[in-house]
Amino acid sequence: MSVRRLSPNQPASFAFQPETLEKAKWWIAKFPQGRQQSAVIPILWLIQKQDGWVSEPAIRLVAEMLGMARIRVLEVATFYTMFMLEPVGSVALVQVCGTTPCQLRGSESLMAVCKRKIGAKDHLSADGKFTWQEVECLGACANAPMAAINDYYYEDLTPESFEALLDDFAAGKAPAPGSAVKRQGSAPEGGALTLSDPALYDGSAAKPLKKIPNAAPKATAKAEPTA
Amino acid sequence: MVGILEDKDRIFTNLYGLHDFGLEGAKRRGAWNGVREILSQTPEWICDQVKNSGLRGRGGAGFGTGLKWTFMPKQESERPHFLVVNADESEPGTCKDREILRNDPHLLIEGCLIASYAIRAHACYIYIRGEYVFERERLEAAIKQAYEARLIGKDNVHGWDFELYVTHGGGAYICGDETALMESLEGKKGQPRLKPPFPAGAGIYGCPTTINNVETIATVGSILRRGAEWFAGFGRPNNTGTKLMAISGHVNRPCVVEETMSIPLRQLLEEHCGGIRGGWGNLKAIIPGGSSVPMITAEMAETALMDFDSLREMRSGLGTAAVIVMDKDADIVKSIARLSYFYKHESCGQCTPCREGTGWMWRVMERMVTGEADMAEIDMLLDVASQVEGHTICGLGDAAAWPIQGLFRHFRHEVEDRITQYRAGRPHVQGATLVAAE
Repeated sequence: MSVRRLSPNQPASFAFQPETLEKAKWWIAKFPQGRQQSAVIPILWLIQKQDGWVSEPAIRLVAEMLGMARIRVLEVATFYTMFMLEPVGSVALVQVCGTTPCQLRGSESLMAVCKRKIGAKDHLSADGKFTWQEVECLGACANAPMAAINDYYYEDLTPESFEALLDDFAAGKAPAPGSAVKRQGSAPEGGALTLSDPALYDGSAAKPLKKIPNAAPKATAKAEPTA
Repeated sequence: MVGILEDKDRIFTNLYGLHDFGLEGAKRRGAWNGVREILSQTPEWICDQVKNSGLRGRGGAGFGTGLKWTFMPKQESERPHFLVVNADESEPGTCKDREILRNDPHLLIEGCLIASYAIRAHACYIYIRGEYVFERERLEAAIKQAYEARLIGKDNVHGWDFELYVTHGGGAYICGDETALMESLEGKKGQPRLKPPFPAGAGIYGCPTTINNVETIATVGSILRRGAEWFAGFGRPNNTGTKLMAISGHVNRPCVVEETMSIPLRQLLEEHCGGIRGGWGNLKAIIPGGSSVPMITAEMAETALMDFDSLREMRSGLGTAAVIVMDKDADIVKSIARLSYFYKHESCGQCTPCREGTGWMWRVMERMVTGEADMAEIDMLLDVASQVEGHTICGLGDAAAWPIQGLFRHFRHEVEDRITQYRAGRPHVQGATLVAAE
């Protein structure tokens, strides 16, 4: 378990920006009537996108909005590790994957770069621009080592390319996410060894099927009429 | 040719994102073809076909998909049925669903419609892990296209009213467990529920629910289009079909690739990944199915086949077919200690053996890395691991114990050497080096 607490320094209030509120309503509409609680994770995430972190007044407001007990929202905010409970760097939140597949390919050297350039783990850098964290498997293991910076994945990193990436962010640029060695997705380096048959892409697969294999001789009526 | 599977038999033809992920491109590659004819058959027919294909769940447990669907009530009552797609891919080593979500989302959407029809559901939720922001954007865009083309939605061209929603998590590994996922989807902490009741009886919102992995669902359309026999023709009996395999760690070219089940592990590594870094002789151990399964040694990897039965015979498992390769440069004890930290971090804290045990095991494992331990602690650690295993509501306790058990099964001598090494030249005072295991 990871123990997580709210920040001791909380703002006095929280207010939705109109577009955040609109998005929140869109999320609530996805769930059946009376089940608006289901939208709590997406809405907390929207709040984090708006403010950079999830504050206590925001939690209170969400509880009101969704008709939940405050403690239930608090539970969710502290249980899920994607929610930042303290302000993060204004330029970038850097999340370096440290789990074994990335560790085997050198994530520790990436974290050394972070330590040198940004400072201590989980703390705002001195200039307030960066925060870095070691996170658990981000699910891009074939492109290890990798880091998620402001939500997008930067893959196949080396300490050098990672350092250049951080410099770019610090200089106010927005480097394109993806592989640092220009790999095509998760294809092997140097180009895909499979999926080279042109017949897959010439549209022949889209020709209407004459018959579905094994189809029942006379398709019986549907189990029930469509509502 | 590379590997066993031929290009013409691949299901995920846009695995690497070289082509259009959108509706037009997907249709050109064969997605949505024949779905109307498939839906003109009965739900029972679909379940039978999927059963005959031998498709087993691709999320790790390998439960028969067709069989799972038949557990749903045959008649819809006042409680509506739901399909939930588990896209909370967080098992270390696993990165296969991500490729489907971002590059071939229409195969998934098509599968959702067919599966929902087979279980008589009119609504489906795709629960995607929170960190997959780009993948979620792609998926939402593809769903929007499907709605606009009236492939899904109310009064769609297929004649089965169907709503598809995407929701997301908040970075908790435990939400990959089906009952924890349901809790999370309902807006609560992701703490697994006791079974029974099983999801097919009472799942999300207390309604009958079927939960399947992304890859499972995305495969269904192609199986029905090409016939159950076609799919059953790959791999060994009981281990049929094609499977996305993700290879990470110390190979020359890590990648994700679709292959037939039962492909020899060595062939997979040599032909698709350019072999082990430094040659096959440099191989030390392989975790063949995602972090939760015990490792196998280089000798075992020689003969292992990538399927459920072969790996189970080696006391490991296929899991999600996420192969993590460790060569002789890897600090194997440290790698497992890092996995122990992962499980400690991701334990939801509900069951005592797991909440306390994962932290305890991690702390002891960290000392095993340096050798700062007592020989007797190895057996103590294995004893604790066996007490966590099988004594928790969900599988996380087992998953935390197995990598450690696998390590000591094959490499106990290495840890013993480290302990001896650490002790060498130091006066042995009872308890001097024994930091109390808190």
